[in-house]
Amino acid sequence: MTAMYGLFDKPDEAQRAYTGLKRAGIAPREIAVVSGEPFEAFEFSHRDHSMILFRLALLGGILGFLSAVALVRGTELAWPLVTAGMPIVAWWPNLVIIFEMTMLGAIVTTVVSLLVTAKLPRFKKSLYDPAVSEGKILVGVPAASDTIRDALTSNGASVVKTVEL
Amino acid sequence: MSEYAVQLTDDLLRPLLKTSWRFWTLVVLLLGVVALGLGAFAYQVDRGIGVWGLNWPVFWAFDITNFVFWIGISHAGTLISAILRLVNAEWRRPVTRCAEVITVFALIIGAMFPIVHLGRPWLFFWLMPYPSERQIWPNFRSPLVWDFFAISTYLTGSSLFLYLPTIPDFALVRDKTTGLRRRIYGILALGWTGTTKQWHRLESAMQIMAIAIVPVAVSVHTIVSFDFSMAPVPMWHSTVFGPYFVAGAIFSGIAALIIAMASLRKFLHLEKYLHPVHFENLGKLLLMMSLLWGYFVFAERLTTWYGNQGSEMTVFWQTQRLSFAPLYWTMVTVNFIIPVMILSFKRLRTITGCVVASFGVVLGMWLERFLIIVPALSHKYLPYSWGHYRPRAPEILLLIATFGAMVLFYVLFSKVVPIISIWEMKIGQHPQLAHEHETADQKAAMWRTHP
Repeated sequence: MTAMYGLFDKPDEAQRAYTGLKRAGIAPREIAVVSGEPFEAFEFSHRDHSMILFRLALLGGILGFLSAVALVRGTELAWPLVTAGMPIVAWWPNLVIIFEMTMLGAIVTTVVSLLVTAKLPRFKKSLYDPAVSEGKILVGVPAASDTIRDALTSNGASVVKTVEL
Repeated sequence: MSEYAVQLTDDLLRPLLKTSWRFWTLVVLLLGVVALGLGAFAYQVDRGIGVWGLNWPVFWAFDITNFVFWIGISHAGTLISAILRLVNAEWRRPVTRCAEVITVFALIIGAMFPIVHLGRPWLFFWLMPYPSERQIWPNFRSPLVWDFFAISTYLTGSSLFLYLPTIPDFALVRDKTTGLRRRIYGILALGWTGTTKQWHRLESAMQIMAIAIVPVAVSVHTIVSFDFSMAPVPMWHSTVFGPYFVAGAIFSGIAALIIAMASLRKFLHLEKYLHPVHFENLGKLLLMMSLLWGYFVFAERLTTWYGNQGSEMTVFWQTQRLSFAPLYWTMVTVNFIIPVMILSFKRLRTITGCVVASFGVVLGMWLERFLIIVPALSHKYLPYSWGHYRPRAPEILLLIATFGAMVLFYVLFSKVVPIISIWEMKIGQHPQLAHEHETADQKAAMWRTHP
């Protein structure tokens, strides 16, 4: 697949190129913007906002909670060891384990969700240029045409490159 | 890239890319200290735990003191970092990673001590709460099992909390290096490129982690305090122990963080990024925790004294007037009197002032853990069950080695990972772009940090 991208010095130039590409008829989800730091104040950063990680973390917490309840209750009933006059299934002390496993569930799920939704780890070739580490902002699309080149150069791209992905 | 960003990247990557002879000298020295501890541990394993000064009725002493102390120190990082992230304190940017590293290494060192204390450490897996075929099923009503869950959760969470915001910096180092180093950093960066989606997901994940890690951190030291307060031992069986331990942990953690930051500033020449204002802010936090610690000690002591129960008063007087009094009053001096005297005055709240107070607090908090454990065990109830404790060389060497190990881990970490988050510092460089919604005060604070 052929892709074309431009490198920009400033985020407002990248924003203009992003808008220019949209005006040229390219769908926003097709436009990649890659940078060495997040630019939350710009429109190109907003399109990927989603609450999915929060929802998945909640789900992970619920799973952790249910696993903890099953672990403590199941273990205590399977090996009914009387301790200090406490009931066999003693919920006060069990709450400690349940709390920790609930939080662990939420934390681990958050990290797994981050990796899955951000498509990490990713070791195959993707739209990237080491100049991003020098502070450049990459704006590109998985296609190449004169219209795309114009949209990139007319908005201040210092370099425009075509690559095979 | 702006001149500031170029300078920032160069300054923060310099320790990774250039190695001086001083670094290797320090590493060799620290390895020597750690080797002493390992030697002491090997001796203990060979001869048995009797080589320690432990004897009836004092079966917990230096090792459990070390355990509680290091778990306390671990509260420096993740908790402080998470709170600063949640309140969006701009001055946090150069501080967070320095702090988070302390948590991970302090937890590893602290969590080693229950294993060291087993006497037969090769059977450590018996601690793991899984239903085994030997029918030794975990007893979830034991605070020691709670410890296992709390510390495992906190260590897992803290390690991930440290690793996630490091991924973009690993990608940066990957692009700046060649050969094997490039491949290793490439693997650590997980193929990070910096798409808008990746940035958004990373920031969301960090927000969730920050929310989740604060209660976990509080729970960890509360549960460590339960190791004592669940036991009917004089001066242990107290409802105040949970918050008292948490406050003490944060107190010692901040002190450790100040020392670490001052060392990094000096030895890695990070004066441009770790400003006096960071130390002043942390100094204020340290002062607040010192006052809170003093309040807890007063509340605990007054309640015991007023109750006037024979068994408790025996332990009480041991620490106030008798054999443990010198250690007790040293603790009060270095944990309360000196920090309050230094940190209450803006003129003294300098980097040097904060570091002096912090060294005192680290010493004082170790003494506090010791004074909670040993006087109570050595003067428990009737006089026939009283005893003495005197540490022996293996215990002292192990204690010294833990400090050596902590510094060694920290030095090695700062050699392979940028100790200040480069991308987070870059965000702070663009207040007009990235922080449109901040208050005037927050912006002013940030400009003080990045003039």
